Amino acid sequence: MSKYTEEQLEEELKTQEYKYGFYTDIESDTFPVGLNEDVVRAISKKKNEPEWMTEWRLEAFRVWEQMEEPEWANVHYEKPKFQDIAYYSAPKQKPKLNSLDEVDPDLLETFKKLGISIDEQKKLANVAVDIVMDSVSVATTFKKTLGEKGIIFMPISEAIQEHPELVKKYLGTVVPTKDNFYAALNSAVFSDGSFCYIPKGVKCPMELSTYFRINEGGTGQFERTLVVADKGSYVSYLEGCTAPMRDENQLHAAVVELIALDDAEIKYSTVQNWYPGNKEGKGGVYNFVTKRGLCENNAKISWTQVETGSAVTWKYPSCILKGNNSVGEFYSIAVTNNFQQADTGTKMIHLGKNTKSTIISKGISAGKSQNSYRGLVQINSRAENARNFSQCDSLLMGNECGAHTFPYIETKNKSAQIEHEATTSKIGEDQLFYCNQRGIDTEKAIALIVNGFSKEVLNKLPMEFAVEAQKLLEISLEGSVG
Amino acid sequence: MLKIENLEAEIDGKAILKGLNIEVNAGEVHAIMGPNGAGKSTLANVIAGKEEYEVTGGNIELNGEDLNELAPEERAHNGVFLSFQYPVEIPGVSVTNFIKTAINETRKAKGLEDMPAKDMLKMIREKSELLEIDRKFLGRSLNEGFSGGEKKRNEIFQMAMLEPKLAILDETDSGLDIDALRIVANGVNKLKSKDNAVIVITHYQRLLDYIVPDFVHVLHDGKIVKTGDASLALELEAKGYDWIKQELV
Ligand SMILES: Nc1ncnc2c1ncn2[C@@H]1O[C@H](COP(=O)(O)OP(=O)(O)O)[C@@H](O)[C@H]1O
Ligand SMILES: [Mg+2]
Repeated sequence: MSKYTEEQLEEELKTQEYKYGFYTDIESDTFPVGLNEDVVRAISKKKNEPEWMTEWRLEAFRVWEQMEEPEWANVHYEKPKFQDIAYYSAPKQKPKLNSLDEVDPDLLETFKKLGISIDEQKKLANVAVDIVMDSVSVATTFKKTLGEKGIIFMPISEAIQEHPELVKKYLGTVVPTKDNFYAALNSAVFSDGSFCYIPKGVKCPMELSTYFRINEGGTGQFERTLVVADKGSYVSYLEGCTAPMRDENQLHAAVVELIALDDAEIKYSTVQNWYPGNKEGKGGVYNFVTKRGLCENNAKISWTQVETGSAVTWKYPSCILKGNNSVGEFYSIAVTNNFQQADTGTKMIHLGKNTKSTIISKGISAGKSQNSYRGLVQINSRAENARNFSQCDSLLMGNECGAHTFPYIETKNKSAQIEHEATTSKIGEDQLFYCNQRGIDTEKAIALIVNGFSKEVLNKLPMEFAVEAQKLLEISLEGSVG
Repeated sequence: MLKIENLEAEIDGKAILKGLNIEVNAGEVHAIMGPNGAGKSTLANVIAGKEEYEVTGGNIELNGEDLNELAPEERAHNGVFLSFQYPVEIPGVSVTNFIKTAINETRKAKGLEDMPAKDMLKMIREKSELLEIDRKFLGRSLNEGFSGGEKKRNEIFQMAMLEPKLAILDETDSGLDIDALRIVANGVNKLKSKDNAVIVITHYQRLLDYIVPDFVHVLHDGKIVKTGDASLALELEAKGYDWIKQELV
């Protein structure tokens, strides 16, 4: 830090609030369990989809049927029974609302707890929120403000109706339906998610934010997110999840595709705190996500993620650096406690000349958890002067957890410059005593040290997310010392 | 305020404090001097409650309360402050964030709300001025890459912010150049009052030119072997410790 201004000092002193974790009882309309072509057709019909979309889903389903669940990740879990899952769940009061008075009061209460009010306050906070309750977006805000700039931000199901040409052009271009088992499943059954399009040269004036939640026991959630930044545009997108305590495993298999055309920039930030299961390792969400971005010439994509939740995580937000001078970044904090397992990392595929990628991964393991970083840096033969810097730091708490690093590097061009650094550390007794001596108990001291360890990544998050993320780290590690 | 009787403590089965007595009243400054390895830091750590040290005998009371019953953070909440001989680094945690957390955790323990940001800001301004601390310094990671002198000054800054009842300064003077020494000593003097007490652990007379002790104790082989007034420090400076060791035989 070069300067430390009065304002920065003041900012740091402000006390921040945090709200999380609750469960809302809203009647919902759920399909019977099981998956076959009829279910896929029914989902498509429920959404009033055009024929091409139905066909796209069916093709994905047929591919999925032939595929095997992957086994290569460093995680062990009881495989989901795909025929025991209900593939569609929508709040019954699917509203076409004119005013807030028409919204289910329970839902309004939920919004309140989430700290999202669909009103002026939020506008002042400069955040437009597209809320996904279970699988159907219930409210979309600031469509108008965004509309004036030509920005499209809406549930993907609406985008399929209103902007079929855009969806058709880009959907599945970065993550093809055949890409992997979960991506194929998602393609067949996704029921909602968000679509975002930033027109040429437009700098999106606010952070676009989506809160995903799983709200109905036993329903898997399959969001599909597609963000397209046209030439010279910019957007910062926030994705956050809170999930209520549930006792059975829930499957979450999202697909996120980002497309940054020439000179465009996309910043995609995630805070993930799905239910991690209890202290004995029972329950918790399976989070099998495919996230990938494509950069054209001079484009930039940054993934920032704070992963604290889920029982099992399998997630590798990646960048295909296709265009010359394009830039990919991955900043990650992954916390595992109790019996959580995370296998996460990134792939940076350098295709264009002078492409650059940065990977900063911070893994924190506590309890009996297992935390793996898995990364691939691939430099293609045409990628002259490609550069990568990777740093993978692990922080261990106690002796029963594990931290693993699997960095893969494939270089087909001699001009590549690749740097990889890795450290593993433990929280020291002397650090804890120092904090204790200043009146900070051990639990709080750990939170402080962990926040410090993660700071490089926390700093990459937009302000309102950074605060929530910090509190989350604290909560996730509660009870991790005896 | 602090009453230590026949204190015995060991680490890894090795006896370090062997029947130590000291009494410190509010408003007093005590200096503890003694050769390397005498047990000075051990005493400081035992008062602060470091768990590696096992108290095998005697009592430590702070304002009538048995300190041995309390966790280190509870001792801190009761007003014990230790300026460490070797302060640790906490990467990524700024001096501001650290002190904010320390103050608010202490307030929480007392059932108080967090200190309002503007009050804290005012206090940080005051105390950093008192210790001539640059604003930039407050944004840096705690002790990471600090020079020896910066570390010590930061310890005293924290002491100024926390306003302890009993402050123990363990070789705070080592690593300080003469200007910094004057600033730090001046700061400590300004914080002194009739309600608090300071124990200064040092090797050298020079700090005591600035922070004038009411009592000087010599710690040798785990015991206080001699107590005097400020002139004892001068005598030690001139003659070293050997004459005391000889007096003992
Ligand atoms: N962690 C430790 N393990 C073993 N011996 C220790 C430890 N800390 C201190 N000692 C020993 O205790 C004695 C007193 O040390 P210390 O209290 O640091 O002395 P001083 O501060 O007076 O120089 C020394 O002999 C030292 O080697
Ligand atoms: Mg010492």
